[in-house]
Amino acid sequence: MKVHEYQAKALFREFGVSVPKGEVADRPAACRAVAERIGGRVVVKAQVHAGGRGKAGGIKLADTPVEAEKVGSQILGMRLRTPQTPPGGILVRKVLVEEASAVERELYLSITLDRVRSTHVVMASPAGGMEIEEVAARHPEKILREWAHPALGLADFQARRLAFALELTGERFKPGAALIKALFALYLAKDCSLAEINPLVTTTDGRVLALDAKLDFDDNALARHPELTALRDTDEEDPLDVEASKYGLNYIKLDGNVGCMVNGAGLAMATMDIVKLAGGEPANFLDVGGGASPEQIENAFRILSSDARVKAVFINVFGGILRCDRLAEGVIAAVRKLGLRLPVVVRMEGTNVEQGKRMLAESGLNFTTADDMGHGARQVVALAGGRT
Amino acid sequence: MVGGVTPGKGGTVHEGFPVWNTVEEAVRQERADCALIFVPPAAAADAIMEAVAAGVPLVVCITEGIPVADMVRAKHAIAASGSRLIGPNCPGVITPGEAKIGIMPGHIHRPGPVGVVSRSGTLTYEVVGQLTARGIGQSSCVGIGGDPVHGTSFVDVLRLFNQDEATRAIMMIGEIGGSAEEEAAAFIKAHVRKPVVVFICGQTAPPGRRMGHAGAIISGGKGTAAEKMQALQAAGATLVPSPADMGATVARVLAA
Repeated sequence: MKVHEYQAKALFREFGVSVPKGEVADRPAACRAVAERIGGRVVVKAQVHAGGRGKAGGIKLADTPVEAEKVGSQILGMRLRTPQTPPGGILVRKVLVEEASAVERELYLSITLDRVRSTHVVMASPAGGMEIEEVAARHPEKILREWAHPALGLADFQARRLAFALELTGERFKPGAALIKALFALYLAKDCSLAEINPLVTTTDGRVLALDAKLDFDDNALARHPELTALRDTDEEDPLDVEASKYGLNYIKLDGNVGCMVNGAGLAMATMDIVKLAGGEPANFLDVGGGASPEQIENAFRILSSDARVKAVFINVFGGILRCDRLAEGVIAAVRKLGLRLPVVVRMEGTNVEQGKRMLAESGLNFTTADDMGHGARQVVALAGGRT
Repeated sequence: MVGGVTPGKGGTVHEGFPVWNTVEEAVRQERADCALIFVPPAAAADAIMEAVAAGVPLVVCITEGIPVADMVRAKHAIAASGSRLIGPNCPGVITPGEAKIGIMPGHIHRPGPVGVVSRSGTLTYEVVGQLTARGIGQSSCVGIGGDPVHGTSFVDVLRLFNQDEATRAIMMIGEIGGSAEEEAAAFIKAHVRKPVVVFICGQTAPPGRRMGHAGAIISGGKGTAAEKMQALQAAGATLVPSPADMGATVARVLAA
């Protein structure tokens, strides 16, 4: 799960990671009020779940509270388009109004999982302000990695090494090392999958500050963090993704016209791949899981068929724990209840497959059955209007 | 199977099998040498550590959705022990005709010469179904699971299949995210002397999105299907572009 910069910075404050003074605002007048409270020059930052905001006009400076109101009115309500947003951009509903910092140097700091070593890795680089992937490609020597002990965490000496790698000296060294420790404590306590500060800055008055803040959380751990689930902003997600998540369905909307309903993540990805190989485009990823109930299947069907682009549906199920008769029951109920006219190609295999096939055939509804996934993919692509 | 463990239900009997409070009791009383874990996500990593602490040599964890930080600690506990973990977020392991420890539909399997290793459960059933339909059986099928932190890796299983006399060819199913396939490619190139057929799913997956499995995500441009396929092809593996052709390709490789 992603959160906004202002939400991440509130958590930073809670854990002692220094951030500039600032408040969130959702109206231009509120921008002015915040700027008055802060005093002096402020920066107004669009709050959307995407990077690249500055270049897209989503971050602007204001010298006075009046100017903050004006800048706020420009950013609030705009559709921000960056390389990381959907093509239509994202509507800006909130801005963060912050004191403008007198930046001396821009640095980089992040914590994430190292899958190869199966532990958390802290990465620091004195080359901040640009994409870390770019630094890794062009100046790999400028990135220091410290791997936390899986059980003991990040030691003080490791935080010091990272602070040295960031070239923090004099009065900036101790607060810098403390900030690294504080970020690691936050990362662990809140089950983050990513904690990133880009840029981390030193200021001319000797402070070390998180100018930006990005936190992603491990979805598997959200059950033990109700305070984090409260931070979810469903305005930033596709409405169909949000609807699917209510029913515990793994759904991701894509751009094609072949709706896919599959059990298991790997088979669901492979089904998208084979639709593409057959000349079509998948409309979605959908894994109904191993223990899907007829109700869940009905909801899955409703969600994927409510995508107006979908012209045909491909159901591809290899039943292990999910029995084919239960699948057929759910599909038939969904098609009847929704009055669905879309062509549906069903390929199923596994436990109780004969019973499931018989139920589909006897339903009197317009199902096309396929013998294998290649056959099913070709049929569904043809029914959706042929090769794209 | 010797019985089950549910804390608080010790001393009861379930479907004719004894229930214990702890894994340690099951090991002491029945010399249990394998634990199959279905514990809900919040407590599953602890269940893995309990089985490891009780000295169970083989621990298979089916549970999907374990918090990553929990698995980091559990993996550390396993590394310091002599136990092997398979999973989590996997269907388990089966040696057709001999033993099944997992949730796969057993009836689709046949004993035979193909070792199957996969990050995906249902895609494993798919390839087994295709093989069995062609009269080709399997030596063993191991689901290593779809989580970013897991016990047994592709390399571990490839090493075992390479040594296993019953295995004549290996079918490997990878997916986007991480670098386990690239590590497998390096191992295949250096050590494996048996034919390896590979399918990588997620060729059409968009970057930055988690495709169902916690580990299936292309991040920072890394972990794409194309990179993995390239690495495996360079290592001498036979690539299958379409998941519909996995069985046919293995058949061709076995006949060669």
